[in-house]
Amino acid sequence: MTSLTSETGDLAQISGEVDIAGQGHGEPEHGGHADARLFGLATFLVADGMTFAGFFAAYLTFRAVNPLPENSSYELELLLPSINTLLLVLSSFTFHRAGRGLLRGEGLACRRWLVITAALGLAFLAGQMVEYFNLPFGLTDNLFASTFYALTGFHGLHVTLGVICILIVWWQTRSAGRIKASAPFGLEAAELYWHFVDGIWLVLYGILYLL
Amino acid sequence: MTLASPSDFQAPQQSSPDQGGPRGLQPEGWLRYLSFSLDHKVIGLQYMVCGFLFYFLGGALAGVIRTELASPISDFVSRETYNEVLTLHGTVMIFLWIVPVVNGAFGNYLIPFYVGARDMAFPRLNAVAFWLIPPAGILLISSYFIKGGAAQSGWTAYPPLSLTTPALGQVIWIISVLLLGGSSIFGGINFIATILKLRRPGLKMMQLPMYCWAMLGTSILVVLSTPVLAGTLILLSFDIIAHTGFFNPALGGNVVVYQHLFWFYSHPAVYIMVLPAFGLVSEILPVHARKPLFGYTTMVYSIIAIVVLGLVVWAHHMFTSGTPPWMRLFFTIATSFIAVPTGIKFFNWLATLWQGKIALNSAILFACAFIVNFVFGGITGVALAQVPFDIHVHDTYFVVGHFHYIVYGGTVFIIFSAVYHWYPKFTGRMLDEHLGRLHFLLTFIGFNLCFAPQHWLGLNGMPRRVAEYDPSFTTLNQVSSVGALMMAVSTLPFLINVVVSAFRGEVAGDNPWKALTPEWLTSSPPPVENWIGEAPLVTHPYGYGVPADRLDLQMVTAEQIWSDPKP
Repeated sequence: MTSLTSETGDLAQISGEVDIAGQGHGEPEHGGHADARLFGLATFLVADGMTFAGFFAAYLTFRAVNPLPENSSYELELLLPSINTLLLVLSSFTFHRAGRGLLRGEGLACRRWLVITAALGLAFLAGQMVEYFNLPFGLTDNLFASTFYALTGFHGLHVTLGVICILIVWWQTRSAGRIKASAPFGLEAAELYWHFVDGIWLVLYGILYLL
Repeated sequence: MTLASPSDFQAPQQSSPDQGGPRGLQPEGWLRYLSFSLDHKVIGLQYMVCGFLFYFLGGALAGVIRTELASPISDFVSRETYNEVLTLHGTVMIFLWIVPVVNGAFGNYLIPFYVGARDMAFPRLNAVAFWLIPPAGILLISSYFIKGGAAQSGWTAYPPLSLTTPALGQVIWIISVLLLGGSSIFGGINFIATILKLRRPGLKMMQLPMYCWAMLGTSILVVLSTPVLAGTLILLSFDIIAHTGFFNPALGGNVVVYQHLFWFYSHPAVYIMVLPAFGLVSEILPVHARKPLFGYTTMVYSIIAIVVLGLVVWAHHMFTSGTPPWMRLFFTIATSFIAVPTGIKFFNWLATLWQGKIALNSAILFACAFIVNFVFGGITGVALAQVPFDIHVHDTYFVVGHFHYIVYGGTVFIIFSAVYHWYPKFTGRMLDEHLGRLHFLLTFIGFNLCFAPQHWLGLNGMPRRVAEYDPSFTTLNQVSSVGALMMAVSTLPFLINVVVSAFRGEVAGDNPWKALTPEWLTSSPPPVENWIGEAPLVTHPYGYGVPADRLDLQMVTAEQIWSDPKP
């Protein structure tokens, strides 16, 4: 039978129950309800993915329906983007290593893998910059050019945010930080986001460079 | 067997008054509603009041439109101003009134109660989602006063018109809609997580009140379709600011691609506006008819069908855009299909009312009028789904009549019904019934007078989005404008009622409607933690008209079902 008398009117208790401060309590009992934060992030990534899906659909439709001007083509240099792809895929593995390190209590290993992941991310961005400088077309040259820059630029923005998140996670995994084996949400969230960014790149690489 | 009656049960000992936010240093009383509160009930009412303010603004803009259209020549405002007014009217009504109120206001207030939680899954995200709205709205309104004026291309912002009218107003429009879309997406994430992850232990999905299913379906649509609009508007803004050519044929782009991307969101948008209303009416009818909701399982499947189908019918807005015949065939068929689950819901509501003990209060009056209005709007929708018919009436007043029957006659009527139904819970006081019935009469008559003639006008060729028209259309336009005036007047008894009843209304008590859903099993207004003690487990939210010895009272205590408000 449910009770109608108040167990406690203590506001701090209520605050703990709804876990508003969000200190990474994964266990259902502690916060009063299940930790839905990773689920929420996954839902957000579905939404973000749909933005990219809209861009991809536009690009594919333009390719099918809108002819390019005479002196332009869809051909792109493949070497640098392919290296970039390898870097990004590698960085997903290294990030995963970092996560494993955290859960096993190997703080030092975790932080090293985080630094490597961030470095790979930065290398990817540097590669993109180099590619941008060496491309023969600008933003407004033709429809393919505009779509190319819009797509890769939007993705690059996501990579940049991801690198910032990795650095924040690196900072918070110091011994006095808020991310620990018992409270891994910060790292798990950043890792999920990073895998998403990687996945988007694979689709992008496929339809922009290979198609 | 004996029937349960209110006198069988004692009023439970309740409750602490609403104490403001859980952090202790929150503002007290009405100031909470101006603060960054994390309490879903406060946020819900913030959405409500903010939404209604924008409703009045959108209504004033409609007043300008109908005043202009009362005569065949453009003599009230200039043509450019008329374009700005109609653009702002549509944008304000959709993004600042309907979507925030049926999703943000009622959703945020009720969903935690229905799943047995103390708050939404992400209270801070909730507050952020609300606080995006006032700045976005102010930004949009400000565009009217700048050089070049507001956007003029309608809420649909089609290129090339949106690329050739004054740029700053259009860019401000884009930024504003991006902010509002973001707010909507954050809300959608919150609802999905709350409904799927925060249900009280022991509460199963098929025991949830129907509004939860409606909000789950709506939120899935929000999360899948709104981002596509965001991407499209970003590309449009590039065309305006950076002179790229995505949608500019002169630069190699494609205007039809814009339409596809735009309508991929904007068709689900109409379900985002109407599905929550379907959920709300499914809550209201059983209470005032004292009968269970008819066909719960089928209602759930219908919502799922509407969500799935709603994502694949968008090009029925593009039958005259040069779409190829095979595409038009597909979309005509898919759109016709979506009438089936909607029709199922309609008949289930009728069956819910059938032989019920219907109390004729304002809430049920608006709900019944919804059923009537929505049938007309739905039928004209089925007509519009047929390509040969649509080719003749596309971009005419027939379409304007159709969607106002759905959105106003449907969703807005439900919003009013829901206000009459839940105001006692929000404030602890009843709304005045006399003013409510006056409001209903003026709204129902005014609404039909305004929008019914528009179907005839469209069939006879009056285009939409025009300030001038053929003089033969004058009489019906004048009738329509009188109806609009009546709708404007109808706001007064409502406004007076809502404001005065907060201070002088009859005290409502916990459960004035003797309802069974969890929000009624606590005080009015509820305490900050929603219930004193554990959240009640309501396994039969529609257990009306069931004799006491057949009602499953194991989980819901007798004291909780009934409370006698009068001493």
